[in-house]
Amino acid sequence: MTLEKTTINRRSFLKVSALAGGGMMLSFSWLAGCKPTPDGVLALPKAWFELNSYIKIGENGIVTLMAPNPEFGSNVKTSLPMILADELDIDWKNVIVAQADFFPERFERQFTGGSQSIRQGWKILRTAGATARQMLINATAQAWSVPAEEITTADGILHHESSGKKAGYGEMASRAAGVPIPEEVQLKKVSDFKIIGTSRKNVDGVNIVTGKPLFGMDYTQQGMLIAMIAHPPAFGLKVKSVEDAAARSMPGIKDVFTIKTLSDDYERNGFDTTTFTELVVVVGSTTWEVMNAKKALKIEWEEISDSDIIVQGWGGKQTVKIPAGLESTTGHKAKMAEMAKRPANVLRKDGDPEGAFKKAAKILERTYSAPYLAHNTMEPVNCFAHVTAEKAEIFGPIQAPEFIVQSLSARLGLPKEKIHIKLARMGGGFGQRAYGHHMVEAAVISQKINAPVKMVYTREDDMTYGIYRPTYVATYKAALDNDNNLIGFQVRGGGIPEHPVHANRFPAGAVENYLAEGWQLDSNITIGAFRAPRSNFIAGAEQSFLDEVAELAGKDPIEFRLELLERARNNPVGSNNDYDADRYAGVLKLVKEKSKWLETQADVYRGVSAYFCHNSYVAEVLDIVIKNNNPVVQKVYAAVDCGIVVNPDAATNMGEGGIVDGIGNALYGEMTFQNGVPEKNNFDKYRMIRHSEAPKSIEIHFVQSETDPTGLGEPLFPPVFAALANALYKAKNKRLYDQPFVSGVTIDLKT
Amino acid sequence: MAVINLNVNGKKQAVDVDPQTPMLWVLREHLNLVGTKYGCGIAACGACTIHLEGMAVRSCQLPVSSAENKAITTIEGLSENGDHPVQKAWLEHDVPQCGYCQSGQIMTAVALLHDNPNPTDAEIESAMHGNICRCGTYLRIRAAVKTAAKSQSL
Ligand code: FES
Ligand code: FES
Repeated sequence: MTLEKTTINRRSFLKVSALAGGGMMLSFSWLAGCKPTPDGVLALPKAWFELNSYIKIGENGIVTLMAPNPEFGSNVKTSLPMILADELDIDWKNVIVAQADFFPERFERQFTGGSQSIRQGWKILRTAGATARQMLINATAQAWSVPAEEITTADGILHHESSGKKAGYGEMASRAAGVPIPEEVQLKKVSDFKIIGTSRKNVDGVNIVTGKPLFGMDYTQQGMLIAMIAHPPAFGLKVKSVEDAAARSMPGIKDVFTIKTLSDDYERNGFDTTTFTELVVVVGSTTWEVMNAKKALKIEWEEISDSDIIVQGWGGKQTVKIPAGLESTTGHKAKMAEMAKRPANVLRKDGDPEGAFKKAAKILERTYSAPYLAHNTMEPVNCFAHVTAEKAEIFGPIQAPEFIVQSLSARLGLPKEKIHIKLARMGGGFGQRAYGHHMVEAAVISQKINAPVKMVYTREDDMTYGIYRPTYVATYKAALDNDNNLIGFQVRGGGIPEHPVHANRFPAGAVENYLAEGWQLDSNITIGAFRAPRSNFIAGAEQSFLDEVAELAGKDPIEFRLELLERARNNPVGSNNDYDADRYAGVLKLVKEKSKWLETQADVYRGVSAYFCHNSYVAEVLDIVIKNNNPVVQKVYAAVDCGIVVNPDAATNMGEGGIVDGIGNALYGEMTFQNGVPEKNNFDKYRMIRHSEAPKSIEIHFVQSETDPTGLGEPLFPPVFAALANALYKAKNKRLYDQPFVSGVTIDLKT
Repeated sequence: MAVINLNVNGKKQAVDVDPQTPMLWVLREHLNLVGTKYGCGIAACGACTIHLEGMAVRSCQLPVSSAENKAITTIEGLSENGDHPVQKAWLEHDVPQCGYCQSGQIMTAVALLHDNPNPTDAEIESAMHGNICRCGTYLRIRAAVKTAAKSQSL
């Protein structure tokens, strides 16, 4: 049992009111209809008693738990409240989950991304649950005049054994809301968890399958107008002039104007990425009318000139160069090939890599590349805003409200406390929704027209807006000695506008002579976080390369990796290695066992890959069969070590999603440019993985663990690129170096 | 503008709109049925799938005028509380991740099972080909369609 000081989330205990019948948290009546009512419980309580920001208990024992983080499909709206519920010691069937608004005074870290929700919420939520439980116990001890230590709890019932007294949490809730907050509370032992580690259904499942309004796109209110934007058709262009007479005269159109969202000298934070700060806006009554009017705009564009923007990053203030010019994919490729030949910034060097390559018996050098990727969340960018002189109400998809509120405040001229951001369920995020430019855009439009407005991007606006996964290239070099030991290893990675190298990750630490280098090129095409940033490319490159090195060494690819990990464990090179060699080896051994790696099956071609990112370890084996001359992914096995798994079935669902998404992006994902114009603007041109191309089955095995939980939304995604490439190599006897694989000359997966 | 008589989820009602307006936007903005989603607007993603006389169609490409007086079913019309066998199967398999594509997936699946109560994997894959899920829930959808097929045949 851990004693936990409650001070870590003191702010969670600020109360709006002890009797929070209609307090802040319930103010959003539009969502009231979507609130899940617990199974078999008909009556809502007459009064709610708030024990802290996360927990309210009704006099009838019904409990409202707040889901602090925005939901984009990773199921945090269910799994985070499960953590609260377990420590509070209640029956899950009496729980109502409500989505919290962005409210930094009351909730810690309302950010969904980087696979960190569970990891960083773990202590906070357990403490909040345990503290509320202790307050119920203390209040009951007073009421019954018995020592608090003698009171036990189970499923929302307080019990004093020697006197035989029992009471439900609901009966004691009003008293509990008035007792002092304990300084320290005891957290449960892992073996005492009753809810954590059991599969619970998505709390919004019924709302989703019945089509209830949940998403930003679905929002409406009295008097709300619709706005659409026109952004430049190419990176490197800006608005020169607008001829809007025709659009203005079309039915339903209220106004056409140009907005400037951020001033050029605005000091941005890392998530203020805004591709086009000047936009043409059409406002009208309905989406269809506005869409049509937008087509009638005649806009002249002109080229931008070189500029700098100032970004406040984690490493301090940085100046980012935005070059003028209309860039093309062919130009990018030529420049990248050139850069890849030159020495780059040394990120890490161990031993004497040059010497190792001089004395090597065998050397292997390979270059891998990947294109820009568009996020393509199924819900296009949108946001509702109603800005008045006093305040701003914002509702829309956002992974990181805390990163945009400052920009809203600065741009609108309102203090942060006057900006209320309500967190919509997101129709996908994948990193793109960490960038809140759409919130600023909607707010500026609302302020300008002085009315509530919902801004909606068309799919084309969304896909051609930028914030893409960068394009990358990496060259790997390995040196083997006469006994096929890996004596030297080099990686030189680059990209536009960032490099993908994680210098301290495996196989750093496992090779005596090691060199990692990185380079990057400026561009005016904006990029952003995309499911497992950088790892989503470098894992595929590295794990494909290791497969080829293992082959050259005449070793089984799993044994080869295990040997390296053994070295990293027993006698690590350098002191700064970003991984735990035991846990890494653990997932490889588990996937080896579960996939029956050593039993070869006729006509099944297998590839293996393993990667560590976002604090979790994953190994995958992917099986391909050939049907009608086409490779078909028959099965994927994954072994995952993410510590304790809070909600196993939901975790499995997300793991399956990461694998399917990874296969899709590896095979088809690609954005290209011609004179600054993104060449794909909708799903007829941008190929996404579809039903028939998904694996026929996926088996996910979690390592049994009592370690605090780590992330899951991202870690299953990066390794599958290489598992697929390595299996395709076995099937087709051709190594694949350039993504997307489907455009490789000899592999044709097109149906 | 024109007055168009509609029959949506068994309810007769009239809307006064541009007859070219896609059914998608009439449902979402005039009838307040927002379960039908906008994903691409060009019949390439399936998010907007509804039933027109029992057939799965993409409502983003269906002018409201051509749906006049025809029976339209949307996700909201499948059941009051999510107890249509396909919705139940979806809940049993806890299919959704973000959930945005799922109305369209369900509507396609319902139409498939109507025409083919016992589809094979290949038939499911081919019928559902037009419905994209970026979250990658395809395996669960396949499993849920099979569960629904079984429960419907009981
Ligand atoms: S919105 Fe109709 S198919 Fe995509
Ligand atoms: S569940 Fe997110 S797109 Fe399908």
